[in-house]
Amino acid sequence: MENLYSLSAVELKKMLEAKEIKVEDIVNSIYDRIDKVEGLVNSFVELISREEALSLAKIAQENIDNSKARALEGILVAIKNNMVTDGGKTTASSKMLDNYEGVYDATVVKKLKDAGAIIIGKTNMDEFAMGSTTKTSYAGETKNPWDLERVPGGSSGGSASSLAAGEVTLTLGSDTGGSIRQPASFNGVVGLKPTYGRVSRFGLIAFASSLDQIGPMGRRVDDVALMFDVIKGYDDADATSVKVEEESVLTEINNGVKGLRIGIPKEYLEEANDDIKAVINEAVAKYKELGAEIVDISLPHTEYSPSTYYIIAPAEASSNLARFDGVRYGYRAENFDGVEDLYIKSRSEGFGDEVKRRIMIGTYVLSAGFYDAYYKKAQQVRRLIKNDFDKAFESVDVILTPATTGTAFKLDEPKTPVELYLEDVYTIPANLAGLPGLVVPATKVQGLPVGIQLLGKAFDEKTLLRAGKAFENVVGKMELANL
Amino acid sequence: MTREWEAVIGLEVHLQLKTNTKVWCSCSADYDNSAENTHVCPICLGHPGVLPKLNEKVLDYAIKGALALNCHINKESKFDRKNYFYPDTPKNYQITQFDETYAGKGYVDIKLPSGKEKRVGITKVQIEEDAGKSIHGTNESYINFNRASMPLIEIISDPDMRSSEEAYEYLNTLKSIIQYTEISDVSMEKGSLRCDANISVRKVGDKFGTRVEVKNLNSFKAVAKAIDYEIGRQIEHIENGGTVDQETRLWDEANGVTRIMRSKEEANDYRYFPEPDLVRIVIEEDRLERLKAEMPESKLEKMKRFSETYKIKETDAEIICLDIALADYFEKVATKSKNPQISANWIITEVLRVLKDENKEIGEFAISSEDLGEIISLIGGGTISSKIAKDLFLIKLTDARSPSQIVKDEGMAQVADTGAIESIVDEVLSKNEKMIVDYKEADEGRRPRVLQGLMGQVMKVSKGKANPQIVTELLLKKLS
Repeated sequence: MENLYSLSAVELKKMLEAKEIKVEDIVNSIYDRIDKVEGLVNSFVELISREEALSLAKIAQENIDNSKARALEGILVAIKNNMVTDGGKTTASSKMLDNYEGVYDATVVKKLKDAGAIIIGKTNMDEFAMGSTTKTSYAGETKNPWDLERVPGGSSGGSASSLAAGEVTLTLGSDTGGSIRQPASFNGVVGLKPTYGRVSRFGLIAFASSLDQIGPMGRRVDDVALMFDVIKGYDDADATSVKVEEESVLTEINNGVKGLRIGIPKEYLEEANDDIKAVINEAVAKYKELGAEIVDISLPHTEYSPSTYYIIAPAEASSNLARFDGVRYGYRAENFDGVEDLYIKSRSEGFGDEVKRRIMIGTYVLSAGFYDAYYKKAQQVRRLIKNDFDKAFESVDVILTPATTGTAFKLDEPKTPVELYLEDVYTIPANLAGLPGLVVPATKVQGLPVGIQLLGKAFDEKTLLRAGKAFENVVGKMELANL
Repeated sequence: MTREWEAVIGLEVHLQLKTNTKVWCSCSADYDNSAENTHVCPICLGHPGVLPKLNEKVLDYAIKGALALNCHINKESKFDRKNYFYPDTPKNYQITQFDETYAGKGYVDIKLPSGKEKRVGITKVQIEEDAGKSIHGTNESYINFNRASMPLIEIISDPDMRSSEEAYEYLNTLKSIIQYTEISDVSMEKGSLRCDANISVRKVGDKFGTRVEVKNLNSFKAVAKAIDYEIGRQIEHIENGGTVDQETRLWDEANGVTRIMRSKEEANDYRYFPEPDLVRIVIEEDRLERLKAEMPESKLEKMKRFSETYKIKETDAEIICLDIALADYFEKVATKSKNPQISANWIITEVLRVLKDENKEIGEFAISSEDLGEIISLIGGGTISSKIAKDLFLIKLTDARSPSQIVKDEGMAQVADTGAIESIVDEVLSKNEKMIVDYKEADEGRRPRVLQGLMGQVMKVSKGKANPQIVTELLLKKLS
């Protein structure tokens, strides 16, 4: 039997349906793999036992046997450690929540369970999703399966590394400024950041509320589309979720890109290094061969994206993270003198450096006398960035850009916070504009995977996934990392 | 020429809305008699990952309140976060409306005891959430989150008031208006109405002085006292060469003074910014029309109806309608007694006097509308006299028996037996021969007074039970 851990959800579903395999076979294959590689990679913060997974597999198998299989029946899924589950720890990989057990299920968790998925655990991430390396986690570093001396990217590092290592079939990540897409690129997997408002944020531990979106990650575009169909949709518990006509994104996924207008924004390539330029040029050539129309476009305010983002995101974060104060739950300092001291000590001891840095930036930019110069100005620029996209999408259907400025870097490579911030330049604009972005593996550069990014119109994930699938078909499927 | 000092006062009133559930979650809002922390959920406790969702009823109630205050309803508005750390505030920010509120300019017309009328402007009204309650022990503190995320509206007045009396009347009128909308209990005692005062002084004609905010005001009277104290303090301070600082002070009820709580330097920087978890509020025209149609009868409408339908005096209707609960009480009494004007008289003189003496609200009054209606109908039906009715009223204040039962048990029914009354009349006349002479010698103008004196004697002997009409007839017959 083929290694089930390496197969896609779509392939496994077919085999389950054809009774070629049982759900317990998948569980055993994946848990054998986890036993072998997790010690090297450290993708998971929480993992249910094989026995627990097998007992859930039993229920799924019954449904399959009774022809009651749901969309993800018997498929093993992991979620990022910032999505709350009723029972079990959800810590956002922070000391602050190291003892925190959720008391309700996030909407996406409910949807996964309702679709028959077996949630096997929570994946490592940068503390409170702040970072692009997964190094700021309180649960230790996660390694890139393609080179264990390199970062998996972040903040959804564990959600990407677990896929590349064959430790799970599908994962959920969250993306505030590229946290699904950058690790997808670094690990050779597919990641979708949906349109803002398309997937409920209820139960996602907030980083920056106006930018955060939960999205699916997998080893194949089809898998990501399958999972997206399950998690998307209006949620009454999330006022920012949007009611749109909900049709499956799978119906047209194989329709190809003939006649599709793909925009290439010149600003995205000006700063790119030669390797990345080559990746994009190669992708452009492939899309042309497939019959797409390539259009040169301009997104003139792109260069302001990182500065805009690093005002708005920390501002919202400074307020969102205020609730972690040691009063009601989470980490509380042992010795304190009065409530003020309780706050100061609990927060000083409970948060890591990067989180503190962003809380301080956010507090500063919202302060009296600075609000207009920073936060308000940033919101105005955000509007200009969105306008750029609106204008561009008048003449194109999809925009093709680099996903990252390079491949995964060394774990010990010294980088200043600002250097790291600036590397998010390709992914941030989609969050600021609320648009969907898809990263699909393109090739390997010196043995390390790198992806391309496709940006779409709001709520048009369907076209995005179709363009991604066409590309995947021609570049061939990315194998698992050799571990 | 020395110009007069003048006070400038603006009030910020918080009203808790009596919706069934809280503003962002489905926790029951009816927590008055519940144990601590039993009306809570992950949302109002600010757990990780939760999101607020506006209770549409809150917006409906808020709009009704603003309409009653003649406010402009803004088609679009937004929520903001007010950031500050306090243990009873679970998220460590309050969701409120900062610069784009759902309701703008409005006004309240007030009438001072002197009869002078004045219009106090409303600057804006905003929706916000309440905090929990801290309970401090000797070495530790506790928090009860039942109140956390209860819906509030904050009504901010223009700085239009010039005295504590005006502020007091503004609050009374505001309370009365809101009572009529049925959106809030408007009870300072229960905490569903809270008030902070902004006070400054200036020489008449000058620009506004520096204002001081006074908190911890627990009754309308405390508001008035604190304003008077603060005006005096500020004037004295300035006259002694000082300047008033922009600061927040607390009213110390026991000592009748305000004390500094925090100076301008210590003021919080609330770092307001738009609440990203909630979408903008859009109030569509049809919603506004629906709510206007749903508005219960206002005070003015009720007054008009009372004087037209029940034919009671306009001045009486005004007094009765000041309190919607009293107006409801009146309506029931009038219906039961079938004599609206007598009912109004009784409520205004007897009922209000007792309430004032006992410092009670009509809701706590010992005599039900049913029973008072019965007492008044006993007068109308001739069973008891007005005088006996007053005794019955006093008995009924502490007696559970029905009015008719008391009349029966205590033998209070009016005597209408002519024979029985005649013997009393004869008895009185025989003992007052001097008065008979007096009556006969008196001119037409003085005669009624002498007759009145004899009447009084008869009533006294009959213990007030003789039918006055029969007594008068008999006396006139015997004296002529």
